[in-house]
Amino acid sequence: MSDLQDSLVELIRRTSAEIPDDVQKAILTSLENEKKGTIAESAFKIIEANIKLAKQKSQPICQDTGSIIFYVECPVGFDQITFEETARTAVTLATKKGYLRQNSVDSLTGKNDGTNVGPGAPTVHFHQHRSSEIKVSLMLKGGGCENVGAQYSLPSEKLKANRDLDGCRKVILDAVLQAQGKGCGPGILGVCIGGDRATGYEYSKQQFLRTIEDRNPNQELDALEQDILKTANELGIGPMGFGGKTTLLGVKICAANRLPASFFVSISYMCWAYRRQGVILSNESKIEKWLY
Amino acid sequence: MTHLTTPITEEKIRALKVGDAVEITGTLFTGRDAVHKYLHEGGTLPEGVSFKDGIIYHCGPVVIKDEEGKWKVTAAGPTTSIREEPYQGHIIKEFGLRGVIGKGGMGDRTLAANKEFGCVYLHAIGGAAQVLAECIKSVRNVYFLEKFGSPEAIWELEVENFPVVVTMDSHGGSLHQEVFNNSQAELAKRL
Ligand code: SF4
Repeated sequence: MSDLQDSLVELIRRTSAEIPDDVQKAILTSLENEKKGTIAESAFKIIEANIKLAKQKSQPICQDTGSIIFYVECPVGFDQITFEETARTAVTLATKKGYLRQNSVDSLTGKNDGTNVGPGAPTVHFHQHRSSEIKVSLMLKGGGCENVGAQYSLPSEKLKANRDLDGCRKVILDAVLQAQGKGCGPGILGVCIGGDRATGYEYSKQQFLRTIEDRNPNQELDALEQDILKTANELGIGPMGFGGKTTLLGVKICAANRLPASFFVSISYMCWAYRRQGVILSNESKIEKWLY
Repeated sequence: MTHLTTPITEEKIRALKVGDAVEITGTLFTGRDAVHKYLHEGGTLPEGVSFKDGIIYHCGPVVIKDEEGKWKVTAAGPTTSIREEPYQGHIIKEFGLRGVIGKGGMGDRTLAANKEFGCVYLHAIGGAAQVLAECIKSVRNVYFLEKFGSPEAIWELEVENFPVVVTMDSHGGSLHQEVFNNSQAELAKRL
């Protein structure tokens, strides 16, 4: 067993069983803000207990261990083929150990071979950089919340949304309304304004690599993020859609260039069981540092 | 907090209202897509299983065999219920269910069956796989394991203080509809 394989199995274990600190903090704050004695408060209490129990037992936080998405930042000359092969073996091993559920189905035959490996599974995104650092981030993205994601094409007559920031605001809030609690809220939104149908969703998901508390360096987008967070939390949808004060824990928005002919707003929804972790690997592929 | 023990009488179900927190002790039967489709198409329950005055749980649990060969549930959160909407009303009627546990809520046909036959929809906390697994004290039996595979089988589970919230009662009330309408109105004020 190679060191890289060990490191990746450990990355998967920790991602599946332990929620990152920033998310846990946001959940605790929401619990304190919720009205005492409400079903929203008790939902948060169960969520909090679940987070503790999963960590303590080193078991998946949620049984849907989601789509497995790796983001790798690597130096020039990095062997991507070996990395990807090792990642696939690590996923199979982590599944055997129970860190991941047997969660990947052949779309044509409906068969689940129990390995979590197949066409498009897991997904690995590589990005070269000039530094010598190897940075591997992992996201486990659940199905229930993926199902409430949405892509809008502006203008939208129905929502009276034009091709401007106010139009973006309208469709993003519509996505929150339509999702209600079905994506296991409170959720986090990742949004991309622009791009094409594929890159729009792609970039929207990458927003989940940002921490809950970070602020957008672009002032216009930052203002939109804060506005949507505040407005969504005034709607009273609450955890699980039970009604309550916290509908969203965070909103993260980016923009990508678009064609003059199209204007997409792509919205990904992440459930409270927000599983993301990352590591810096040493030259020997040992875990040097945890990222979140 | 209301405590319910299975089997449950119609009277107890009729007393429940949207928004009530409930803890269940007794027996739950899991059932998801395959079981619902099968029963809807006229399939019969295996011998020894009765849903009468009982509860079905939309869940595909992760179950392992421990060293002594006993089944043990290691994760057991709810799955999205709306997929069973085409079948649920019929199954409530035919098999006498008093409760359906899942997540995300269901539609008008289930709501109508709740009202007509005295049943409620109970919402468990989505994602709380570990907390809910802790409430499962033992696996009494499993049916259709070969036929449907583990997640789709009927698992007969003994539970203690299993926490849920009534989100669709037997009087036509739906918390999902209520929250949707209110949030839609609130949003309209802010656009
Ligand atoms: S949406 Fe998230 S918390 Fe809910 S069941 Fe899916 S993975 Fe689990």
